[in-house]
Amino acid sequence: MSDGDGAPAAGRVTGSDVRGHVERAFRDESGRVLATLIRVLGDFDLAEEALSDAFVAALETWPRDGVPRNPGAWITTAARNRALDRIRRARRQALRLAELEGALADGGGQEDDVRLGSDSRLADDRLRLVFTCCHPALAMDARVALTLRTLGGLTTPEIARAFLVPEATLAQRLVRAKRKIRDAGIPYRVPPDDLLAERLDGVLAVLYLVFNEGYSATAGDALVRSELCAEAIRLARLVAELMPDQQETAGLLALLLLQDSRRRARVGPDGSLTLLEDQDRERWDRAEIAEGLALVDGALAAALATGRQPGPYLLQAAIAAGHARAGRADETDWRAIARLYDALLAEVPSPVVELNRAVAVAMADGPLAGLALMDVLGAEGALDGYHLFHAARADLLRRVGRRDEAARAYRRAVDLASNQTERAFLARRLAEVRADA
Amino acid sequence: MRYMLLIYGPEMAPPDGAPMPDLEPWNAYTQWMIDTGIYKAGDQLAPSAAATTVRVQDGRRLTTDGPFAETKEVLGGYYIVDCPNLDMALEAAARCPGAAYGSIEVRPIVDM
Repeated sequence: MSDGDGAPAAGRVTGSDVRGHVERAFRDESGRVLATLIRVLGDFDLAEEALSDAFVAALETWPRDGVPRNPGAWITTAARNRALDRIRRARRQALRLAELEGALADGGGQEDDVRLGSDSRLADDRLRLVFTCCHPALAMDARVALTLRTLGGLTTPEIARAFLVPEATLAQRLVRAKRKIRDAGIPYRVPPDDLLAERLDGVLAVLYLVFNEGYSATAGDALVRSELCAEAIRLARLVAELMPDQQETAGLLALLLLQDSRRRARVGPDGSLTLLEDQDRERWDRAEIAEGLALVDGALAAALATGRQPGPYLLQAAIAAGHARAGRADETDWRAIARLYDALLAEVPSPVVELNRAVAVAMADGPLAGLALMDVLGAEGALDGYHLFHAARADLLRRVGRRDEAARAYRRAVDLASNQTERAFLARRLAEVRADA
Repeated sequence: MRYMLLIYGPEMAPPDGAPMPDLEPWNAYTQWMIDTGIYKAGDQLAPSAAATTVRVQDGRRLTTDGPFAETKEVLGGYYIVDCPNLDMALEAAARCPGAAYGSIEVRPIVDM
């Protein structure tokens, strides 16, 4: 053992009394040694840990090398060396964590987007962090919390309020996520090409979830919820700028902008929900629409030029763009929108997309055409527990004058809806058909 | 970093007398691991019916027949791999023949 001060051994002791020697020496010397260590190390915990490390070392080496002549000096030297080992180890770990937290913590401010273009190293760091925070080995709620905390500008209490969870729960979630990143060896990097598509989907899904949390729920703190939308857009913009070759990054940004442009027109002053066709289009955000439309046009043109199929986000953005382009609800090109739903259905087959397509077909070709599609969907049963299926079907039944059936469908929709705002809206519709019946 | 890939699934070994399952995919998989340089160790475990579980309570040894927990999916084998990061370990897990009919738990090994 090389920690000793080089003093010659005072004498050999047998294994049975060595523990007694070590304990006595440490009892006599520990006060002094600890004071020295705290002064040198500037850290109380570290000093205590180092002292117990030295104790273990003494138990190992004193039986072999003999009890040192100056046990106090031996203990101090051994403890200091152990402390240095601990510091080196901690520093290696801290470096890894600091790469995650530090490099991006100073990148959390608003002026960042401006700096990005000129500071590509910072941009690379942020992109790496996006992929680390959204790694599929982390639970979805952890990905969301970590992304908002480390990349977004939101504080832990703000995120907790937005997701209606106790602050301690969210803090715990963040601690666990950071620990998993460290312990499981989740890499801090932009994934290689063979993983990129899958991982990028995961990143975009996190951002879309953050946006929807702010957009669709009307419960909770309205201000915080609008901040969630703003954060999602800011992060989507960041990813789109950092990965301009990926059409879905532009697709998601466009989708978020176009949906967000309707946010003010969507909910009345009393918190009630206003359907797209009934919204005051004057209240749509023109700047967001202009940016969203330009992104959709650019990405669709690029997809056409390269022969690549537009992805789900871009297709949804194109659908939103179809609505944004219509000055009045009755100017909507529903036939074009139905075609976009066809393409979307080919990309992501899902009953909900089929439902939306049926609505578009109803608007383009009349309610009977839409009802026929919905009857097929209804027979499959997958949407039976989905309130919007019954609401959409009720609306078409109402339009073709089948009011009893419409009332039954609205009733079912009201029973299934969990969101208060939507419930109130559907209950109003139910009362209307009953009054007309 | 070292990881253990724990291979869970239905019992691998067939009942007495039945032919052994095709080991070719497993051999090819192990060879792939060796070729990429991540392979450290790996073994197939005997059927869980051969397992014995031991606990010591208040100094008394408690021995029971069977695995720790009776579940549909049993631990059928393991690999130990040395990978630069989790992504590589997950790639190795996804290539494991057992992933197609069971599940592979990827656990980092603590370096002492």
